[in-house]
Amino acid sequence: MNVAVTDRQPDTATQSKTGFVDCDVHPYTKSPADIDQFLPQRWRDLRASIGARSRSPFANAPNYPRMSPGVGMRMDAWPEDGGHPGSNLKMMREQLLDAFDVSYGMMMPLLGRGGDERNVEFGAALCTAANDWQAQVWCDAEPRLKASVQVTAEYPEAAVKEIEKRAGDRRFAQVMIPPRGLEPLGRRRYWPVLEAAAANGFPIALHLGGTSGHPSTGGGWPSFYHEEHPSYPQSKEALVTSLVIEGVFERIPKLKIALVEGGFAWLPSLTWRLDKQYKRLHAEVPHLKRLPSEYIRDHIWVTTQPIEEPERPEDLLATCEWIGWDRIMFSTDYPHWDQDDPRYAFKAPIPEKEKQMIFRDNAMAFYRLV
Amino acid sequence: MARHVVASVGEIAPGTCKAVTVAGRDIGVFNVNGEHYALINRCPHEGAALCTGLITGRFTSERPGDYRLTHVGEMLRCPWHGWEFDIKTGSSWCHPESVKARTYPVTIVPGEALAKGPFVAETVPVTIEQDYVVVEL
Repeated sequence: MNVAVTDRQPDTATQSKTGFVDCDVHPYTKSPADIDQFLPQRWRDLRASIGARSRSPFANAPNYPRMSPGVGMRMDAWPEDGGHPGSNLKMMREQLLDAFDVSYGMMMPLLGRGGDERNVEFGAALCTAANDWQAQVWCDAEPRLKASVQVTAEYPEAAVKEIEKRAGDRRFAQVMIPPRGLEPLGRRRYWPVLEAAAANGFPIALHLGGTSGHPSTGGGWPSFYHEEHPSYPQSKEALVTSLVIEGVFERIPKLKIALVEGGFAWLPSLTWRLDKQYKRLHAEVPHLKRLPSEYIRDHIWVTTQPIEEPERPEDLLATCEWIGWDRIMFSTDYPHWDQDDPRYAFKAPIPEKEKQMIFRDNAMAFYRLV
Repeated sequence: MARHVVASVGEIAPGTCKAVTVAGRDIGVFNVNGEHYALINRCPHEGAALCTGLITGRFTSERPGDYRLTHVGEMLRCPWHGWEFDIKTGSSWCHPESVKARTYPVTIVPGEALAKGPFVAETVPVTIEQDYVVVEL
């Protein structure tokens, strides 16, 4: 077995000159009241009397802690004021934004969970509240942080309204949809949401998560967290395939998708497989005018974390080449335990030009940041 | 190689550690069941401060359904990605020979001997009645 050389000096050149864009930052509340102030009384009452109604069959079985206390948090990210990791802007600056000269951090709130709520009106209200919370509590205090428009795809009318409401507000950079939904995202029932995002200039981030009620793997519910963790790419493979094969990119040519928290080394093999079968099965899907790989190349961006660590580190660079250096964006996943550090994540040195693309230029262009 | 006084004996309770900076290096000084050990406070994987991790044991298994917990209090789990290190040797669980957290020799020295030098006391006040944890680097 090859052993990676892991004890090396930090690659500081990456950030020190120009800063970088972190495509996955998780803000948390100090207390539920942080979000409640944006939630109408009707829904606060409902939550107190009825509570959330998840689609998960293990509704009372906690998904977390995973590996470390809190909800799978970096153990050194607990603020001294007693709050939750990710809830303290000062600490987030010290550990991430200032530490690595972050130009922009794309927020991926995992709070509210409006997209998981069976009562879709309640879900839509939770999304709106989480959006107001991001904009007012985080973006206004720290303009480097950009918000993601939460929507519940199961209530397209409300989702479209929410997207239109945030359009033009530069605090919001994208729409965020959990990839584990009731049906694959390319299904027609979701097209109004996808169209609204594209029409209003928002890319869509598919950040790991969602409680659909379906097992998290194609083979059934996993027994171990070690089994669950590598299932992240599975939901993304399913969604990429669905979006391509359903013809979404023919229908919505402006749609741009970012895959967040699923790694990326799996994408080339999926692309090869899709192209292979297209040559045989194209008559089934005549609405596709181009090879699946071409749709993927034009519409899909990947973020890096949790980055793959191949036995031969340089193999990852070949993988980047196959995907396209201009489609890969760096992400930390701060403050989660499995976050990647920009100085050490790549175990093989990246050429200077490509480094600049991954750590900054690709995301600046993708999110139209200046 | 200089000898640095980093703590008094008794200051670091068993099962805990003290983070110190010695000659510009961040080091964690651990008390494992009464014995003191020093490791670099930086994970060789992605650089996290090891001292903020979890002090734990080592689970081993001969076969599914069977497990043993050994090395209780002797393993350090990184606060980020959970890489584990043997506090006594610095060896990682995943690649014990090639991936290690650097260790530093630790001795216990009576305050009386310290008064004679040569030692660098850093910020630890020394009295002749006490014993001290001394790290060499």
